[in-house]
Amino acid sequence: MVGIQDKAAIVGIGQTRFAKGLEDTELSLACQAISMAIDEAGLSPADIDGLAMFSMEEGREVEVARNVGLGDVTYFGEIGYGGGAGCGVLGHAAMAVATGQCQAAVAWRARKRAAKSSRPWSQVSQRIEGHWQWSRPFGLLRPVDEIAMLTRRYMHEFGATREHLANVAVAFRKHANRNPNATMRDKPLTREQYMEARWISEPLCLFDNCLETDGALAAVVVAAERAKDLRQKPVYVHSFAQSIPTQHQVMTNYFCDDPLIGPSYACSRLLWERSDFKPADVPVAQLYDAFSPLIPLSLEGYGFCERGEGAAFTDGGALEWPDGRLPTNTAGGGMSEAYVHGFNLVLEGVRQMRGTSTSQVEGAECCLVTSGEGVPTSAVLLRR
Amino acid sequence: MAETSLLLPDPEDPDNAPFWAATARGELRIQRCAGCGRRRMPPRPMCPSCRSLAHEWEEVSGRGTIWSFVVPHPPLLPAYAEVAPYNVVLVELEEEPSIRLVGNLVESADAPLDGVDPHSIEIGEKVRVVFSEVGDVRLPRWVRDGPALPVRGSP
Repeated sequence: MVGIQDKAAIVGIGQTRFAKGLEDTELSLACQAISMAIDEAGLSPADIDGLAMFSMEEGREVEVARNVGLGDVTYFGEIGYGGGAGCGVLGHAAMAVATGQCQAAVAWRARKRAAKSSRPWSQVSQRIEGHWQWSRPFGLLRPVDEIAMLTRRYMHEFGATREHLANVAVAFRKHANRNPNATMRDKPLTREQYMEARWISEPLCLFDNCLETDGALAAVVVAAERAKDLRQKPVYVHSFAQSIPTQHQVMTNYFCDDPLIGPSYACSRLLWERSDFKPADVPVAQLYDAFSPLIPLSLEGYGFCERGEGAAFTDGGALEWPDGRLPTNTAGGGMSEAYVHGFNLVLEGVRQMRGTSTSQVEGAECCLVTSGEGVPTSAVLLRR
Repeated sequence: MAETSLLLPDPEDPDNAPFWAATARGELRIQRCAGCGRRRMPPRPMCPSCRSLAHEWEEVSGRGTIWSFVVPHPPLLPAYAEVAPYNVVLVELEEEPSIRLVGNLVESADAPLDGVDPHSIEIGEKVRVVFSEVGDVRLPRWVRDGPALPVRGSP
């Protein structure tokens, strides 16, 4: 057994509805999701003594604890870099319960698309600070522009095409169409619609982008021994890894030998080193999909194929439930279920391990969940 | 000072000030460790190879190669939406290909941001730096530096 392998389990999950323009504040949404997760676990607020959250949360730890009525909190920690943090906060909650720093921890993400703190690229000042001043003045303004830069190069080097990106968008939309909670549950997406969609940042079009969603999700984590006595079937955190690769720069990692080698490579090495499973053993994955090209890059980074083969991997319905080689983002992902900084991917991983996904991969023993590519990142391998 | 609503860097940032002072003089200078000679961008206090704080600002040729480019479309900040679709290029420096500067391909230093047909741009094109006055700084932008194209109709 390596590190915290299988020492912590997810025992409760909760989520609000997903929509644009929910009236509740980010803090209120966070408290609602956390409250549901505690109830689902069969615990009470007084049992929760650990908190792991995104630095970008508008509702701070003390406010969450005061609203939900927690007792004495003995572990709390935050992780930055937006979409890179989803598996990170789950992993920190797992480390905290596995090491006895607390008994029951909750990790969550609440997000409102209108909240300035949730959209770091929306500028209020004309004068740009930090490393962004080397890109934004030139009109490389949004995350989609930064990822489009890598995408065009990836297409040039490896022969990837828009057809490959359409494979991703169409697969995730099919899964969302089967998920009653997905934002896009009633909206099919054809390959033709994809090809005709308006540009956002060439070579990326509208359907290469994730949604903008208001909503919140939470997961309760306890030590494995305790999980056996609780109401839900435990889902174990089998392996957990984080990565800030050497000389990494957030989103504009242009000052290195090969910008197409993203943080997933370094994260992946540690993840598999600590795992009894190998990529070939993984039957289902939830891969961070703020933008469609992150899927081929992540398939390569996490070892499902060789470098440059990620685009071709998506051919033949490989990402689609039920018959694909690797059904991916089986609730619709950030592109078609909801974009809550990837925390919805964590909850779908839990449902796959419980056997309750609306696109359930039968007999799946483990599920990979990843967080943002292009930023300091994290990943977990969940097992049942 | 050239009026602008475009976003601007911070030329008074202590790490970056020498870069912008150089562009104001029409020079492209890159921070280089005075201890081990490693070039680094963006500018920062310490050399990641030898941890020396000592550095110099080396003038480079201003020649480079387009590594990739994008063509943003709205929704964008108003100042950028006005000129969209425009191009943003990423240029590998001739002296140090692992340093890639974000910029724009333009027809000349004072030409508009949307002057070059974005669909004429190709990865691998050779470019050379020019300095465009924007607000209180001179931003490095890029013009084509390929072999001169034959003029149609000339002998």
